[in-house]
Amino acid sequence: MSMESKVTERVRNMPPSGIRKFFDIVQEMEDAISLGVGEPDFVTPWGMREAAIYALEQGKTQYTSNWGDFRLREAIARYMRTRFSLNYDPHQQILVTVGGSEGIDLAMRAFISPGDEVLIPDPSYVSYAPGVTLAMGTPIAVRTYAEHGFSLQPEDLEAAITERSRILVLPYPNNPTGGIMRREDLERIAPVIMRHDLLVISDEIYAELYYGEGRHVSIAELPGMQERTILLSGMSKCMAMTGWRVGYACGPKELIAAMLKIHQYVIMCAPIMGQMAALEGLVSEMDNGFREISRMRRAYNRRRRIMHHGFNSMGLPCFEPLGAFYCFPCIQSTGMSSEEFCQHLLREEKVAVVPGTAFGESGEGYVRASYAASQEKITEALQRIARFVEKHIQ
Amino acid sequence: MTGLKEEILEILSEDARTPVEKMAIMLGRPEAEITQAISELEQDLIILKYSAHINREKADHDLVEAVIEVRVTPQRDRGFASIARRIYNFEEVRAVYLMSGGYDLQVQVEGHSLREVAFFVAEKLSTIEGVLSTATHFVLKKYKADGVIMDDEVDERLVISP
Repeated sequence: MSMESKVTERVRNMPPSGIRKFFDIVQEMEDAISLGVGEPDFVTPWGMREAAIYALEQGKTQYTSNWGDFRLREAIARYMRTRFSLNYDPHQQILVTVGGSEGIDLAMRAFISPGDEVLIPDPSYVSYAPGVTLAMGTPIAVRTYAEHGFSLQPEDLEAAITERSRILVLPYPNNPTGGIMRREDLERIAPVIMRHDLLVISDEIYAELYYGEGRHVSIAELPGMQERTILLSGMSKCMAMTGWRVGYACGPKELIAAMLKIHQYVIMCAPIMGQMAALEGLVSEMDNGFREISRMRRAYNRRRRIMHHGFNSMGLPCFEPLGAFYCFPCIQSTGMSSEEFCQHLLREEKVAVVPGTAFGESGEGYVRASYAASQEKITEALQRIARFVEKHIQ
Repeated sequence: MTGLKEEILEILSEDARTPVEKMAIMLGRPEAEITQAISELEQDLIILKYSAHINREKADHDLVEAVIEVRVTPQRDRGFASIARRIYNFEEVRAVYLMSGGYDLQVQVEGHSLREVAFFVAEKLSTIEGVLSTATHFVLKKYKADGVIMDDEVDERLVISP
């Protein structure tokens, strides 16, 4: 009996994560410096960890409401209102999920019918396309370009739209490129979205890690957009809470109700300890003027400038990333493919970066380097990469 | 104080050896502006000196540290300042703070043996005019000092993640 035949065709045909393969090589290599990590190098602030410990001591070990703890939803509503001038009703427009990832999956399953096309800027985070495939939709990559700072251009979006297009995934600030979309960039794509009646799944998990002028603007803030946007976010990046798995989805009540239906059957609720820690973190940050978040953002921002400057001065052109914690330099001058570059760099200089192709075809010619690492490590890694590039540049 | 100065202080308290060129890159400002801000911070005595955080337990096994609670009679017109001065001028004294609460001055002292510290308290500190009483507490172990946690924290993240 062939075990292979037991697996659905959908899953069989799904390519393995481009990151996984690399992970195994790096893991075996001692004293390699990894710039391949997609999570903060900070530990969750102690106040939040302490709140979770206290919650456990108090015996808070049960399910919460399917929606998530009400006080947490209220805190999220307040956060959305004060930070982004977005109003969501905590009773029926906010759903607490198991990390941002569950929100992505719920949205795909709730809003895609077989054959629907979902537009995804490319390169992007690895989960969207497989999520679409699992929901029996067709992912359509919409190329973005370094010369536009990897922001989505209206003409590229327009060109990718067919009569089957239903959803646009809008992942900004962007992993892996560090690209952002400012209000004026969003205003240029909004008419295209309206004209084709698309639903937007806006993944704003990196919203707090924004280094442009002003603040991150959500597409939901644009006139007429909130009613067609599912805003996904969470605590993982801004509060260094990746392992806790707490995220949330905000949107029109009918759409959130549809996501809730799936969530209540397959998940029940996000873990209560994580919710308690998130509640403590959100409330204390709102009360103290976002002190911890600002502290972390300032540290990232300094490393961002070091890394951006480092790549450009070693001859790997890198547009200035203004969000998340990644640089996405172009490595074409070495004559290597992204994958070759990463493998040789790892072998010769023991530095791990991730091939751009792990995030979509248009990542070819680029690599992702994360600055969620200590300054000493970043400086040392940049020296090694510079030595490597000097040897190989053509 | 300007945002730039605050951020310079944040960088220097993390690593006082950060070169100006690097700070200019980190902060996206010209070197001259950074140099100017630093010299102002020095002139205004906001930056007092550049020193290393030393784990003294490793550097000098014989080192003994103590925190001494001192109750004093403040002096007319001079308050606590003149008595504090008589105390902080001793080589052995690392820090002197005026405290609220059950005692007046907290004196941090270091020496090479219990006997040395005890001798300092008995012979020098408690004999100062105006000192009413002292209570000496020896430091047994430091877990965190000057904002630095003494044990190394290990990075336990996955080496590669999406």
